[in-house]
Amino acid sequence: MTNDRTASAYWKANIRIILICLVIWAIASFGFAILFRPMLAELPLTFGGVDLGFWFAQQGSILVFIGLIFYYTWYMNRLDKEFDVDEK
Amino acid sequence: MDQFTLNLIVVGASFALYIGIAIWARAGTTSDFYTASRGVNPIVNGAATAADWMSAASFISMAGLIAFVGYGNSSFLMGWTGGYVLLALLLAPYLRKFGRFTVPEFIGDRFYSQSARIVAVICLLTISITYVIGQMAGAGVAFSRFLEVDNTTGLLIASGVVFMYAVMGGMKGITYTQLAQYCVLITAYTIPAVFISIQLTGNPIPPLGLFSTHAESGLPLLTKLDQVLVELGFHDYTGLHSSMLNMFLFTMSLMIGTAGLPHVIIRFFTVPKVSDARKSAGWALVFIALLYLTAPAVGAMARLNIVTTIFPNGTAEQPIEYSARPDWMETWAQTGLLAFEDKNGDGRIQYYNDDSEEFAATAAERGWEGNEIVTFNRDILVLANPEIAQLPGWVIALIAAGGLAAALSTAAGLLLAISSAISHDLLKSVLMPGITDKQELRAARISMAFAIAVATILGLNPPGFAAQVVALAFGLAAATLFPALMMGIFSKKMNQKGAIVGMLAGLTLTLLYIFTYLGWFFIPDTNMLANTPDNWLFGISPLSIGAIGAIVNFTAAYITMKLTGEPPAHIQELVESIRVPRGAEGAVDH
Repeated sequence: MTNDRTASAYWKANIRIILICLVIWAIASFGFAILFRPMLAELPLTFGGVDLGFWFAQQGSILVFIGLIFYYTWYMNRLDKEFDVDEK
Repeated sequence: MDQFTLNLIVVGASFALYIGIAIWARAGTTSDFYTASRGVNPIVNGAATAADWMSAASFISMAGLIAFVGYGNSSFLMGWTGGYVLLALLLAPYLRKFGRFTVPEFIGDRFYSQSARIVAVICLLTISITYVIGQMAGAGVAFSRFLEVDNTTGLLIASGVVFMYAVMGGMKGITYTQLAQYCVLITAYTIPAVFISIQLTGNPIPPLGLFSTHAESGLPLLTKLDQVLVELGFHDYTGLHSSMLNMFLFTMSLMIGTAGLPHVIIRFFTVPKVSDARKSAGWALVFIALLYLTAPAVGAMARLNIVTTIFPNGTAEQPIEYSARPDWMETWAQTGLLAFEDKNGDGRIQYYNDDSEEFAATAAERGWEGNEIVTFNRDILVLANPEIAQLPGWVIALIAAGGLAAALSTAAGLLLAISSAISHDLLKSVLMPGITDKQELRAARISMAFAIAVATILGLNPPGFAAQVVALAFGLAAATLFPALMMGIFSKKMNQKGAIVGMLAGLTLTLLYIFTYLGWFFIPDTNMLANTPDNWLFGISPLSIGAIGAIVNFTAAYITMKLTGEPPAHIQELVESIRVPRGAEGAVDH
């Protein structure tokens, strides 16, 4: 983190964390559950008789989504205070 | 006590609860009516959002669609939950900071244009009315079975109840009734699933049961299911049997649509603080996930139970005789949603895939002359599930109450979005600016009653299973409101012409594509092409077109913006101000 405490620096930091979260969001759903499923199926890993991609499609992605929202909420509350833009 | 009386008692008690809360919370002022004074706790708001969100499509229809397709329909699971990530990260906190009552109000102010606001109202009405048709279809199925009345009577009862609490209570009534409805629907969904999971796998937690061992055969449950389905000529459950592109776009369309649904977004105006808007989206997803993690287990286990009911001694042996069929087949046949035909006249029910060419030889060898379950409506699966698994009567009654809670709560939320768009955005700000608060409230109630009437008529003849109709509404939301909202926040330079052209381009393309395959205004037999994968452009189904509509919306808006110049300085400052939480108006107190 730099010492820049302007609104534009706050916005830049926000965009950065949004992008990171959205990359994880896309990998867990569109990636593992759909596009890369054939590749994941090559791994010797199975989950209750099926490959990992199926698990991501029916359960894993949902758990990742919940984690992402709460992480983002926590991160932003910290960021709001750091940049002194939080609600009093 | 017979099943019918039990259903009446349980469903009646749940309705009495909702109506009681609505009367207790009867709204007084305009601000109260729309957004419950911005005083709703994020966890309560999360549960209410979850009830609002999980409609007949999620509760009644989704597990059935997964059961009969398997992996390919995982799109419903990922799409309808993944959208909350977009909502929490990209929209909810900024819309709360902006502090308005409705979605068209944001679009009208941000794009400094009454035309943009009117276009947003048109998009909102198209989305919400399509959505309500799906709810009415679901409510019709539930009532026709549990009150043993015909579909039309069921719909009329449903619209009467929705009218009562939506019109009398406004949003405040809805927030607390929806909390009650969430409790009813999640209990109703979970209890039969737990029983069935124990029966099949010994594991009391359905999402874990789905990936455990099938007690009877010793094989993993999903392996066992794949095996029996393939033995009857069906596709295996865990494989992909449609186009990967279509599955990708369908999931995308549902996700983006989730974040663009006006009746869901409106909920984030009711939390006390900007930071609560983020948290509220997280809690909503937790409450939604309780059902969505259970749904795939319900689907897979029900499919297995159906096969083992019909082939009690294994798929290689003879199926059951008609005379020996269980009661649930009898009762559901009365609704017309399940039907049999003894094609080969042997007195036994053959259930297999008669479209499979590879299986035709086996079928001929066994003397089968076609699949004898000639109608199997996907929307009955969840409701029939406790009966299929031979659970006690009170569980069957409970699921009726849950299904109705899901359909009615969502219908009420949609009606609120529709009525506020008409009374607040059309009348108050465009047509009759001098209208008093009291007149506005009356207009809101009249437009609600009108919307209920339209929805009831359209619900008599829905263009698909509940979840499919609802998926169309998501496509429309993805192609219209989501891009406009997102650009309004993330692009300071986006101007009024860009937003209007974008929304109209997205709406037109998506509606034309849907109407081409499903009929103009969903009127049966007016479609220009048959709705089959061979006819779809690049294999994209009408359910998935919303993702393409969203891309077209973004592109058209961007090009128009480049050609027409920047918005005025005060609008750019407004965008700056909604990006930071500080300075949000507190909870309005009257």
